[in-house]
Amino acid sequence: MAAISSTLSQRSRASAPGRRAMAESPWVRRLLIGAALTFLILFLILPLAVVFVEAFSKGIEVYANALIDPDTWAAIKLTLLIAAIAVPLNTFFGVTAAWCIAKYKFPGRSILLTLVDLPFAVSPVISGLIYVLIFGRQGWLGDWLFDPRYPAPHWIGFAHGWWPLTFDWGPHDSIAVIFAVPGIVLATVFVTFPFVARELIPLMEAQGNDEEYAALTLGANGWQTFWRVTLPNIKWGLFYGVILCNARAMGEFGAVSVVSGHIRGQTNTLPLHIELLYQSPGTYAGAFACASLLSLLALITMVLKNFIEWRHGRAGRELA
Amino acid sequence: MSDTTVVILPSPLPARPAPPGGFRAAPIPTRRILPGFGLTLGYTVFYLGLIVLLPLSAAFIKTAHLTGAQFVAAVWNPFAIASYQLSFGASFAAAAADTVFGLLVAWVLVRYDFPGRRLFDAMVDLPFALPTAVAGIALTALYNDHGWLGKLLAPMGIAVAYTPLGVFVALTFISLPFVVRTLQPVLEQLEPELEEAAAILGATRRQVFRRVLFPVILPALLTGFALSFARALGEYGSVVFISGNRPLATQITPELIYEEIGEHRIPQATAIAVVMLAASFVILLAVNLLQRWARSRTGEGSAQN
Repeated sequence: MAAISSTLSQRSRASAPGRRAMAESPWVRRLLIGAALTFLILFLILPLAVVFVEAFSKGIEVYANALIDPDTWAAIKLTLLIAAIAVPLNTFFGVTAAWCIAKYKFPGRSILLTLVDLPFAVSPVISGLIYVLIFGRQGWLGDWLFDPRYPAPHWIGFAHGWWPLTFDWGPHDSIAVIFAVPGIVLATVFVTFPFVARELIPLMEAQGNDEEYAALTLGANGWQTFWRVTLPNIKWGLFYGVILCNARAMGEFGAVSVVSGHIRGQTNTLPLHIELLYQSPGTYAGAFACASLLSLLALITMVLKNFIEWRHGRAGRELA
Repeated sequence: MSDTTVVILPSPLPARPAPPGGFRAAPIPTRRILPGFGLTLGYTVFYLGLIVLLPLSAAFIKTAHLTGAQFVAAVWNPFAIASYQLSFGASFAAAAADTVFGLLVAWVLVRYDFPGRRLFDAMVDLPFALPTAVAGIALTALYNDHGWLGKLLAPMGIAVAYTPLGVFVALTFISLPFVVRTLQPVLEQLEPELEEAAAILGATRRQVFRRVLFPVILPALLTGFALSFARALGEYGSVVFISGNRPLATQITPELIYEEIGEHRIPQATAIAVVMLAASFVILLAVNLLQRWARSRTGEGSAQN
């Protein structure tokens, strides 16, 4: 017995820095913090800083001129328009898909869940290409879109009402869907497809159905249950998904680049406009001026995201 | 599993203790109580099919029209092979670098307190939030010969912009958050008792990390690696600026596909795209298996969310 207790005390003396095994020594800790912060500053903060420094490198006048340029304005308006179409579509889908996947169990549920995530696994360039395969000249619908005997959709925007497409008879050129706004909308919808659904599904799974059952028992119908019980419970997660979806919709480059046609002032979104300015002689600072706008969007997105996390915990995680 | 009849989903909340008097929970009803299943499932499948599955299937159907020889000529020529080597090599290296630095960053952010911790934690999301084109021109401006970092590296004979190293840097940037954000919750949920037990039993800090902590975080580390790898493999926007896009030298596969589309060689572009899609699906499958493994290792409780 004495032997045992003596080994025990030896043991505890051996690890007497007992604390040592539970935490790193102060200098290791400082070294690790220093290394991590150096990495984050070099890798994340410097690229962000260089955008603003380059944007103002030729003075505030060049910066302002780049932003009030009509082509820049057209690009900003198009980017806002694309987001205003794509984000609501995917938000509606996200809520519907989350209701179906999180609230019920059914065969094929996990396959459906994987398929919803699929667009994240597809390269942006391929996301654009697949729409060329359908709507391009050699695509599935190409014969119909480019045959003068049939009407083809033509984008007129929202200036004339809520429906932005007309159907034209007679000869039409190649810019019906691909190289026009509808193609950009479709590609953007594809790349931002999973954002809202993926944010809501874990959250709604964690919340369970108890409150909905209670509402139904008390006589609410399905709609009332959704609007008065489910929606208030998921509103922050929903908002979180929407801002991430919006950031990607406004910033998407690869997929949009394939289907846009890069027509200045017409089918150039802000990220494409940045590329154009960056590659044209003499507009280097202008490219960074436009990039600073998208960087501000990214910063606002991150502030909102952190605000939600601070108020309500990381969506889904802390509820569980 | 009677999947069709189960209605009440497993709640993550602990089961309520039965009230005195022998009350038993109501039997699980045999039909769905919550309305809207058919409607939401129908819309989900319809929208998914229209936006995702139909266009994606177009890539496979289009490729099926090629003869075997045409397919091989499109996906296995010097340009394609060079692009695969760069894409897979740089993505693998970037994912590996992200795993090392991501572990360091996640560890520091979860375990230590220091001024500005919340700010740095928030900054980790930057590559997700920053549009890829902006990241591309920013990194190029930083690493070209006149850039803040390029200027320092040039005398050492290290060129980053317009070299494969630049591709690696861009891919490391855009896929960094995956490892950090996958690891953070796992590190936060680690039970201190594990480390305490190991410490009491006489393990050194290094042993505790290697023998106790590392095995627990390994599944998350691998998941983060796979997610980073998948993201890097498909990346286009940030790389196109910094790589220089020189065929056979600094051209990644998405750039090659883009070039083929630009030259109206749609069937060739589609064939290469199918190869890339197949690779992505394999990685996606690996991620799913990894997550299942992680769940089985950490028990249902902590990984249920």
